[in-house]
Amino acid sequence: MSQPEHPDQILPHGRVLRYTFKERLNHWVAALSYIYLMLTGLAFWTPSLFWLTALFGGGPLSRMVHPWVGLIFTVAVCVMYVFWHHQMGFEEVDKQWWNSLQYYITNQDEKMPPAGRYNAGQKLLFWTFLFGGFLLLLSGVVLWFTESIPWSWRYLRYMAVLVHPIVALITIGNFMIHVYMGVFAERGAFGSVIRGDVSLAFAKRYHPGWYKEIVGSTEPTK
Amino acid sequence: MSQATLRINKISGHAGPVPGEDTQRQDLVCKLIDTTTCIGCKACEVACVEWNDMPFSPTVFDNTYQTMPETRWNYWNLILFNEHVREDGTLQWLMRKNGCMHCAEPGCLEACPSDGAIVQYTNGVVDFQQDHCIGCGYCIAGCPFDIPKMNTVTKRVYKCTLCTDRVSEGLEPACIKSCPTGCLHFGTKDDMKDLANARAKQLQEHYGFANAGVYDPPGVGGTGVIYVLHDVTKPEIYGGLPSNPSIPLSVKLWKHPLKWLGNLAIVGGLVGLFVHYLKFGPKPHEEEDITKTKDAA
Repeated sequence: MSQPEHPDQILPHGRVLRYTFKERLNHWVAALSYIYLMLTGLAFWTPSLFWLTALFGGGPLSRMVHPWVGLIFTVAVCVMYVFWHHQMGFEEVDKQWWNSLQYYITNQDEKMPPAGRYNAGQKLLFWTFLFGGFLLLLSGVVLWFTESIPWSWRYLRYMAVLVHPIVALITIGNFMIHVYMGVFAERGAFGSVIRGDVSLAFAKRYHPGWYKEIVGSTEPTK
Repeated sequence: MSQATLRINKISGHAGPVPGEDTQRQDLVCKLIDTTTCIGCKACEVACVEWNDMPFSPTVFDNTYQTMPETRWNYWNLILFNEHVREDGTLQWLMRKNGCMHCAEPGCLEACPSDGAIVQYTNGVVDFQQDHCIGCGYCIAGCPFDIPKMNTVTKRVYKCTLCTDRVSEGLEPACIKSCPTGCLHFGTKDDMKDLANARAKQLQEHYGFANAGVYDPPGVGGTGVIYVLHDVTKPEIYGGLPSNPSIPLSVKLWKHPLKWLGNLAIVGGLVGLFVHYLKFGPKPHEEEDITKTKDAA
């Protein structure tokens, strides 16, 4: 039996630490700022949802605060990169994971290839938000100071008004699946980002590769 | 507040039909600017700041007969001066009174996300309602003429109102009233087109301007401000008047196909996730697995 690589993550009562306090805190800074950005952004996106600005102090205030919250979100995404990027590289198992996606969708997780600490879907979410966040920042700065852009550079505005909503829609799609998985589909996942721990059974079921790292073997050690 | 605000044809950022749409019909109003008889006296500029109660702001002298480099949030009407070198080497001074064109299909209104911040009255006047403006600047992206200007302190966007407060009371705009040469005219769109065409014909037949013509660009559905130009084939020489203006393609894509595709995708996604939950439900509870793990052990 191989030695556990991260035995310090094991907590009493069959629990295991998945996210440290710093990771959780940063996750919620990103999550809450993203929710604000999404709701105010959707208000600016379509007249049918313009009423959402009323929830945030009206149109002018929403427009004024949106870019600043965008900066907070950017910082949180950068911190996520520092925390997690070395765990987010695509590996051979991730390719198999995508090929087996149908089993994941239909809750036949026992047929899934053994994902590591993050499965291929989570890795995609991470990179989507990292690169998406970067594009949203670039196009967002253009829209933030749109009146300062000279007429001869107007094509920047024309690009920004397309890039910002397209990338936002892609992140919203990822966000919806992320929330659905974390809150509704994978029981135990939401707790992991609140209290930080999951059960060993959760680790073994959804992240067998990670489980192996913790306990040093695919078999339970107790 | 004038009665004109009640007769609205188009409204920005508005879900559903325009209130009171088609209940009243009005003649389209139009300002005709004959650049061939403009002497660049700036009376219209002064009348504009006077009537609209805007203080004269500091300007930059750039050795031309132009008051300032471009229009500002509180300077809506600016005569652009251009010294055009003709093909035979002679010079021509071009004066073009620049301001909002009051497009029939306004790009600013198309781009605006705020309900009622930009309206088009049934008489064709496009008017900004600053009390509904959220200061996003999308109108600046939507305008093909570089007209909306933001007050960066109050974050509100302004432009020429075509003196809608005067027009709705049966008066002509302040600039028209002040023009000493009669190069500015105001009336119905049909009358102004007739007058403009007659003047263009006169320029062609009697003054040697073979390319004289009327600038009423169809790319934005025609405009509520039309020009008579000495050379209608080269509007760019009049301080960058676009030869074929239209709402920028990216703004059209953003506000039409992308918006509907995006909204469909969001609603489809929500429905899809809900149906998934009904069909497959959550993944098996972790406790079930713990039992299995114990059994295996």
